[in-house]
Amino acid sequence: MPGSVDTVKPDAAPPEAIKAVPVRHPGRWVAVAVLAVLAAMFVHMLVTNKAFQWSFIIDNAFRPNIVEGVRTTVLLTVLSMVIGVVIGVVLAIMRLSGNPILSGVAWLYTWFFRAVPRLVLAILFGNMGILYTKYHVGGVPFSEQVGDLLGVDMSGTLFSINANTFLTGFMAGLLALALSEGAYMAEIVRAGMLSVDPGQNEAAGALGMSRMQTLRRIVLPQAMRVIVPPTGNETIAMLKDTSLVAFVPVTNELFFQLKSVGDKSFNVFPMLVASCMWYLVLTSVLLVAQHYIERYFARGTALAGERRAGFRALGFGGGK
Amino acid sequence: MSEPDGAAKAAGTAGPMVKAEAVHKHFGRVEVLKGIDLEVASGEVMCVIGPSGSGKSTFLRCINHLEKIDAGRLWVNGHLMGYRQKGDKLYELRDKEVSAQRREIGMVFQRFNLFPHMTAMENVYEAPIRVRREGRGKARERAAALLERVGLGDRKDSYPSQLSGGQQQRVAIARALAMEPKLMLFDEPTSALDPELVGEVLEVMKQLARDGMTMVVVTHEMGFAREVGDSLVFMDDGVVVEEGTPRDVLADPRHQRTRDFLSKVL
Repeated sequence: MPGSVDTVKPDAAPPEAIKAVPVRHPGRWVAVAVLAVLAAMFVHMLVTNKAFQWSFIIDNAFRPNIVEGVRTTVLLTVLSMVIGVVIGVVLAIMRLSGNPILSGVAWLYTWFFRAVPRLVLAILFGNMGILYTKYHVGGVPFSEQVGDLLGVDMSGTLFSINANTFLTGFMAGLLALALSEGAYMAEIVRAGMLSVDPGQNEAAGALGMSRMQTLRRIVLPQAMRVIVPPTGNETIAMLKDTSLVAFVPVTNELFFQLKSVGDKSFNVFPMLVASCMWYLVLTSVLLVAQHYIERYFARGTALAGERRAGFRALGFGGGK
Repeated sequence: MSEPDGAAKAAGTAGPMVKAEAVHKHFGRVEVLKGIDLEVASGEVMCVIGPSGSGKSTFLRCINHLEKIDAGRLWVNGHLMGYRQKGDKLYELRDKEVSAQRREIGMVFQRFNLFPHMTAMENVYEAPIRVRREGRGKARERAAALLERVGLGDRKDSYPSQLSGGQQQRVAIARALAMEPKLMLFDEPTSALDPELVGEVLEVMKQLARDGMTMVVVTHEMGFAREVGDSLVFMDDGVVVEEGTPRDVLADPRHQRTRDFLSKVL
């Protein structure tokens, strides 16, 4: 074998750039052909099948009551997710704290709200008015009973709300969704917090930072990278679960409105298609939002740059 | 060159910076520290060597109460770490009080443990702002000066993932110094580094020693121990086997276990 090793000459011109024939991927083109035929068949069906009644869909999908339904659905989604995330963070912190009472309570909460189906919760909260006619906020427990015993009036409540006006409709639906979401978020946040390297806690502790400071400034921001993607999932699931509040009943919600148009006009199927499209649009908006949130929390990691390329890489151009 | 130096510096203050008395620590049924007695004078640089599993890192973590000791006593700068003693009774300190004790102890970790979501600057001024309630402007200024001091004046806005291991460890040192500690603990600060990056970190540590910082350094760098250390401690199996000036211990170890260990690493 000629075993001589070339030494690099500093003044030598750089070698010609490699122009190799790239690896061909015939399988991809076959797949594209098959998919194209299937897509054409689907579009053909959409266009030619009279049952779709596209003009009916377009005429009715933007009625004022349906736009009102979109507003309610979005509002319910956003509010219940915000409340759910807050509850989730608090529960996760309680669960991971060294305090056995706090972690026990957090476990109990998660146990209950994960066990009961959302639909049942929604109906249950809608019927809460049966338990009390009035809610006393700020009252001392058993104060009235004690007051009766002593023969004095001890209804020391700050203010009270009529349960039948407070806990019907929107509020009941919101509470059912938000409280149940809190239980799921608690597990997601807990997983996120556990994913942070314990060395981070030690480093913050060694600098004299308190537990709360460490949690807020060091652990949670890093946990967010793990928390955000499943939270996006939860938000999308929540968007769709808002249709459950129809059973509370909350009637100005998107799906109920779309379906009622369909029922009244005996055009059920077109309005179901319209529902699909509305939920697709809303979910797409959420996906874009999630993309930007993820990018924000990826700062400082190698992923921060790659994310930008993520959308482009979907095409065939960058295929490996 | 080192012994009288350390003694002279120590003469300035009353007691030792670190005093350990019969410190015991066990994890489950494994006894990791079996009675450590040590004193580190103010201004002294003490290097701790020993085979892995000898308890040297654990002892270091006991000094700032990252690990609770099971028996014995440990004082830093005259404060009993983690407890308050009233008569014969010991009372555990609250988290807040432990945090306050840790403020005067800087620690540098083997794996740097920088905060990855913050820039080098933010890593350095986070604790001064949150813990010492320093003004933002002043904290930034000091952080910039500290990064300059460890030779990273031009990498202020880099995230840890954009820095080499050596640079990260230097940021970690600057971060610890930002709390103006009286004692610095180094837990194998160069063990996770590529060989060519070890020098830059040791250089910063040497400068720190020259400036009179009290340091306890768990290390495998015998050259550093010989050159910078005022004292050298050899630990094995949870006990201090040998203690003396680095020259004496390295050149003429008295114990067989020390000899065995040194023959493997030198």
